[in-house]
Amino acid sequence: MIAPRTLFAKLWEAHVVTSAGDKDLLWVDRHFVHEGSHHAFARLADRGLPVAEPGLTFGVADHYVPTRHRERPIADPDIARMVRTLEENAATHGFSLFGLHDPRQGIVHVAGPEAGLTLPGCLVVCGDSHTSTHGAFGALGFGIGATEVAHVLATQTVWQKRPKAMRLTIDGALAPGVGAKDMALAWIAKLGADGARGHAVEYAGSAVRGLSMAGRMTLCNLSIEGGARMGLVAPDATTFDWLAGRASAPQGADWDAAMESWAGLASDEGAAFDREVTLDAAEIAPVVTWGTSPEDAAPITATVPDPAKEADPARAEKIRAALDYMGLVPGRPLEGTPVDRIFIGSCTNARLEDLRAAAAVLEGHRARVPGTVSPGSSAVKRQAEEEGLDAIFRAAGLDWVESGCSMCVGMNGDHVAPGERCASTTNRNFRGRQGPGARTHLMSPVMAAAAAVTGTLTDARPFLKARAA
Amino acid sequence: MRGWTRHDGLAVALPVEGIDTDQLIPARFMSRPRAAGYGAYLLHDMRRDGEGRPDPEFPLERPEAAGASILVARRNFGGGSSREAAVYALIDAGFRAVVAPSFGDIFAGNAVNNGLLPAQVSAEDAERLLAALAAGPLEAEVDIDAGAVTLGGLSCAFALSEAQREKLANGWDDIDVTRRHEEAIAAHRATLAAARPWLWPRAARDQGAR
Repeated sequence: MIAPRTLFAKLWEAHVVTSAGDKDLLWVDRHFVHEGSHHAFARLADRGLPVAEPGLTFGVADHYVPTRHRERPIADPDIARMVRTLEENAATHGFSLFGLHDPRQGIVHVAGPEAGLTLPGCLVVCGDSHTSTHGAFGALGFGIGATEVAHVLATQTVWQKRPKAMRLTIDGALAPGVGAKDMALAWIAKLGADGARGHAVEYAGSAVRGLSMAGRMTLCNLSIEGGARMGLVAPDATTFDWLAGRASAPQGADWDAAMESWAGLASDEGAAFDREVTLDAAEIAPVVTWGTSPEDAAPITATVPDPAKEADPARAEKIRAALDYMGLVPGRPLEGTPVDRIFIGSCTNARLEDLRAAAAVLEGHRARVPGTVSPGSSAVKRQAEEEGLDAIFRAAGLDWVESGCSMCVGMNGDHVAPGERCASTTNRNFRGRQGPGARTHLMSPVMAAAAAVTGTLTDARPFLKARAA
Repeated sequence: MRGWTRHDGLAVALPVEGIDTDQLIPARFMSRPRAAGYGAYLLHDMRRDGEGRPDPEFPLERPEAAGASILVARRNFGGGSSREAAVYALIDAGFRAVVAPSFGDIFAGNAVNNGLLPAQVSAEDAERLLAALAAGPLEAEVDIDAGAVTLGGLSCAFALSEAQREKLANGWDDIDVTRRHEEAIAAHRATLAAARPWLWPRAARDQGAR
């Protein structure tokens, strides 16, 4: 009898080419590169090596691309050079490119799955930590550094130490207005920003099963913010229905063969995990962050933590420093904190479902603060415009711009000004992440939309109730 | 990359928890070519005040920290973004080792790939080292074979896998190592291509939108 195995073990073992010491050499099924991968291509050029598998290599322009005035040449010479270098590398090495003006362009973790490139059972890597997103399909997805990107380009393999397996089970029903973003921030607040370090996290339980693919991608995307090497959701009918017919997904007889190979991609009954954590979905409220790490998260109904009440001096010091940077007063309610702007975008929360949810809150309202909405991909942008969502955002006074990493990482010049407070659907509230001195509060799309309407951190639930009534 | 097993240098304390890679090098500097050096961008914003002036009280700005090559910090060093530029900034600023109770997984991998030692010590030892360095930087010794960092009369063990130790000691580039496994890779590919040819998306499919 074969011992029961976790989904993670099945996926990992299927990709092992060989092993040495505590590392396995893994075959890579999908390698996404972006314009920030220039260091890796330079290494490849130094050695005069070709790309081993151009058919499994996909370029996407996202990290640095402008989100405004794409009809004009790129103004910043460094950015123009990087985008051009990616185009040249795609042409030289013969891999497909979702370039700046391609209809498939978008943030790599939105555009890749959307094209049907991310499939159950695949191993997906990219020089970006949010590659964990792709685990939503029952794939192994993890971020790598530039040296590893060069290695994958040259060999289509990557050396990795096998992470431990952790299962995070979230059972029960989510309350209205609570979603995948809240689930993710809730577990990260509980376990810490390095709580799942060295682990592959399989998300399980009825609340996870009930999530759409967009929600599962949000949940897996944020795995890295809890320190996990990757996140996983076992594929099911939701996954297969979402994938069927996508441009690069298998078609016809190939689809049937693929479906056959995907059967059994689940943890076996009785499979042993190195660690088990459970959460009750019913206890999760809309979450906002108050500090400078994603672990600094609390329900919107909570108050700003007080370092004076903290027993551990190191922890108290960290809270004090975070509140000083964030300009928050201990003990005050989080709700009602004035914000200067909002941002709806990023690989975490800018899929069509996210934009629909935000638009539902904003419809008929005027935003009290400026804000930007950057769709997760150019396809999401087109679909949103077909549905008239752009009109709702514009009518509210928000900027409707092109797709890219934009204000999540601030590489393209989309910044939050020093000292400004931003309600953001992104993934990192690190110091300076959205620009030097920027104060970021992470939250879901409905919460960012509610913050736009009131100009403060706001519980979105009453807005949703009003809509439902 | 040259290998190394022993390093003597100046150790400096940065008693901060959760120094993410966005702190180590803010994103706006990463579009620049490496050739010019990334050392000047290390902790660029953290070491400056609100007006962008260097903060003379910041541990790395103090004159006695000049030339430091060993950094001691608190938990979860190098979490967040996979940017290898965070390691380049440390290396180009002269650092050979970072000592902390825990590291971001991707950062630790990137570090070893560039000859920077991520020396994982216990939380208690990290606090002892930080206390010893509280008055200012001290000469220290890092020994990869012995797995220990020594300074101010303290000797603290750090964890390192055999693979990490070998790579740091030999300065190996993985591409050379992996090429020795060419046959195994080719065999894996052939098996996969026969069993699951659909894993290679047809270029034609790539062209059309859904």
